Amino acid sequence: MSDLKNVGRSIRKVDALSIATGRALYTDDFPLENPLSLMLLHSPHAHAEIIAINTSEAELVDGVVDILTYENTPHTLYTTAGQGYPEPSPYDYRMFDRKVRFIGDRVALVAAETAEAARKALAMIQVKYGELEAIFDPEGSMEPLAPKLHGEDAYAPLPVKYDPLRNLAAEVELGFGDMAKGFSEADLIEDNIYHTHFASHCAMEPHATKAYFDEKGRLVVITSTQVPFHVRRTLARVLDIPLRSIRVVKPRIGGAFGGKQEIILEPMAAYVAWKHKRSVRFVLSRKEVFTFCRTRHPFRMRFRTGYLKDGTITAMDVDALMNSGAYGAHALTVLSNSGSKMLPLFNKIENVHFLGRTVYTNTPVGGAYRGYGATQAYFGFNQQIDIIARKTSQDILDFAKKWHIRNGETSEVFRILGEGKEGVEQYIGSCGLDECIDRGAEKIRWYERRDLHFSPVPEKVRGVGMAISMQGSAIPLIDMASASMKMNEDGSFNLHVGATDLGTGSDTVLSQIAAEVLGVSPEKIIILSSDTDLTPFDVGAYASSTTYLSGKAVEKCALNVREQILTTASQILEIPRDELLYGEGRISDRSRSTEVRLEEVCLHALYTKDQYQIQSCASHVASESPPPFMAQFAEIEVDTQTGEVKVIKFVSAVDCGRAINPRLAEGQVEGATINGISYALHENYIFSDNGRMMNDSFWDYKIFTAPDIPEIHTIIVDSEEKTGPYGAKSVSEIGLNGPAPAIANAIYDAIGVRLFETPFTPDKILRELKKL
Amino acid sequence: MKDIFTINGQRIEYEFDETDVLLDVLRNNGHYEVKKGCGEGECGACAILLDGILVNSCQILAASVRGKEITTVRGLGNVHDPHPLQEAFADTGAIQCGFCTPGMILASYALLKENPHPSDDEIKQALDGNICRCTGYVKIFEAVRLAAERMRKNV
Ligand code: FES
Ligand code: FES
Repeated sequence: MSDLKNVGRSIRKVDALSIATGRALYTDDFPLENPLSLMLLHSPHAHAEIIAINTSEAELVDGVVDILTYENTPHTLYTTAGQGYPEPSPYDYRMFDRKVRFIGDRVALVAAETAEAARKALAMIQVKYGELEAIFDPEGSMEPLAPKLHGEDAYAPLPVKYDPLRNLAAEVELGFGDMAKGFSEADLIEDNIYHTHFASHCAMEPHATKAYFDEKGRLVVITSTQVPFHVRRTLARVLDIPLRSIRVVKPRIGGAFGGKQEIILEPMAAYVAWKHKRSVRFVLSRKEVFTFCRTRHPFRMRFRTGYLKDGTITAMDVDALMNSGAYGAHALTVLSNSGSKMLPLFNKIENVHFLGRTVYTNTPVGGAYRGYGATQAYFGFNQQIDIIARKTSQDILDFAKKWHIRNGETSEVFRILGEGKEGVEQYIGSCGLDECIDRGAEKIRWYERRDLHFSPVPEKVRGVGMAISMQGSAIPLIDMASASMKMNEDGSFNLHVGATDLGTGSDTVLSQIAAEVLGVSPEKIIILSSDTDLTPFDVGAYASSTTYLSGKAVEKCALNVREQILTTASQILEIPRDELLYGEGRISDRSRSTEVRLEEVCLHALYTKDQYQIQSCASHVASESPPPFMAQFAEIEVDTQTGEVKVIKFVSAVDCGRAINPRLAEGQVEGATINGISYALHENYIFSDNGRMMNDSFWDYKIFTAPDIPEIHTIIVDSEEKTGPYGAKSVSEIGLNGPAPAIANAIYDAIGVRLFETPFTPDKILRELKKL
Repeated sequence: MKDIFTINGQRIEYEFDETDVLLDVLRNNGHYEVKKGCGEGECGACAILLDGILVNSCQILAASVRGKEITTVRGLGNVHDPHPLQEAFADTGAIQCGFCTPGMILASYALLKENPHPSDDEIKQALDGNICRCTGYVKIFEAVRLAAERMRKNV
């Protein structure tokens, strides 16, 4: 495959220049005629029943058109999780509800002619709440006497374990081997509890939805979503209107990271629009994104690992408790991912048990967040192996190499654990993890740094740490992507995909794949994506699926088109089809003495004889989910006086199969890595005693900015995944898995302090240092 | 009230309320390239140049900019004739979702005007007020370095 022309090249993103020159349109940039402004009233209580809600005064405010509450909106239960059908998440959510379950929960919505009128009316809505006891601590959520968040009507559309009367939003258990035997054989048992915290996605564009009616009276919803087709399906169901009356369009999106795999604004916006036959504009404030939208699910994970003195692991028992917050968006799947994306990595452990529970609490709602459970799981996993390696006097690099899954190998877990059902057996076809470890180690100068406690000035100590991880590429046998394509007279092609570019660059990557198959430059591919009227179906951008899954659909589609081109060329040249060579922009006979250009092929097909449109479509369902692999290395410096941890250098080495566009792949890794470092060191939700998030702005919820950025290195190792388009696997999520554990391991390397809880704030470091 | 604004070299009259912030007035009048990421002066998505100085337009009253020149990212170049910074951001992969990009490019522009040969630290400091969640900043730094180099060669 060395003669690839387009794949493997770092071309510009197809939308880069329109963005750089300020022409690209995001949801709120679409002009609408006199839209109604929508604004939400949020709950001031963590848990309460609405006893009475009086909107009469608010309705008198000049310009107010409607006020929605639980009293005048559909009661259909659904999940805000934008997943396939039927969703693996419980149906525990209504557009509005008599009960509020966290501070920030929706209470009412004002639709008004102007934002000022809406704001004024919001202040005049009178709500009488009957406060209920709230539960914030997931550990106590399943106690018999704990307050219950959801009633008997909430249900799971799939046959999975779901028991709202015990606050149990999901449960996953799996095991193989003989745990008793495994632990009895062990010389030592390492038993630790790890905690990971809340985090906000912080996509720079706050959630936004606009809706209007087209000239035929159909509802057009423009929305910042990762899942346009799931939005359309959910809207039709919740609003009880025909699906054919709805068109969902995803324009440019200002970042998502899982936070826009949620169908939060669309039902309310579409409902107001439909009811009043008016266009609407619904854009959240930053504060609302923090307090009302989704978070990274916090986890408590207990790892019990039995091992022999030589480091042989005899048993691994994981007990996970995931805090779902007030609703169960992704309650089951994030939980199962915390097992299914972690346990197969050390596939040589013979005795394994995993028990995971997701529980409701009166805290902000968890959701999909880049890494999706794997990030939380790898925090504990990588410290666990660091500890065991140290206790058995091995280098963690050698230890990891001894135990990780390899080419041709499998794991029981693949088969047992899927998304709301059984998994899919798979054998690893590409694993470059050893090379990731070696090259990362070299870059961080592992052997010159490890165990050195290097101290540039007396109060500062440096250390290095490593973390490894894997992710998946799409959800096998469940997720489907499709593409359609037609040819134009100048040898260009329109490519229509349901795939959803969130800024990740998938429009570009998919164009490169099509260009490669068709032997043209990527400019000849005119891509249009994510419009439910114009593009074929795609599940959307989640589960690290787009390059691998949608990419394969595009490849298949382009191959069909290529076949038609060859057939027509054969007629033109009067040379049998299989004696033709498909070259760059032209088809020729084997000796290259006669040839026909693509333009001529299309002209012939459209105008000359047996006229037809050269066009095709194709769908793809993956039969497996090949994991990308990664090794990440941190060099940090701890200030033992202030407790501050500074990352000096961070190296990520990834095996993502063949990178279709290496620069974009690097960008995915870099973005995820910095998000991960920021999460490890300071991002967190700080709550008041009554459950209010106190730091709901960028002033107080600090994310990394330019001066915080350490020396960053990204290494893409060569690898080829046979089942992927041109050998590609996924790359977008995995980079978030390593920073927290790599930094934790580096902190231990520097000062001998183990941090079992994120984030690694100065107070925690100082507290632990005192204990030494 | 009404006032004349000078935006990207063009004089134009807008109507607005005394309490309106510049960001909203710009966006209400079609300047969608000025983004709103927070509305509280924390993110730099709404950054513009006011008489060449980088400011967050969400923190400025529209009524206060009389007589001043406003530059948005559209004022630097367009798809047919982009500014070297716009090219460099595209070439280096410094644009992912792009929501931060207009502000980032203007912040970089303000820097390079003052300092055509910035050190890495100077670049980092100049971009301090602009948050990007997608790129991890690495390629943005690279874009500024590349643009600086290209701009130096051109003069
Ligand atoms: S929108 Fe002005 S600084 Fe964020
Ligand atoms: S590119 Fe998305 S915020 Fe910077």
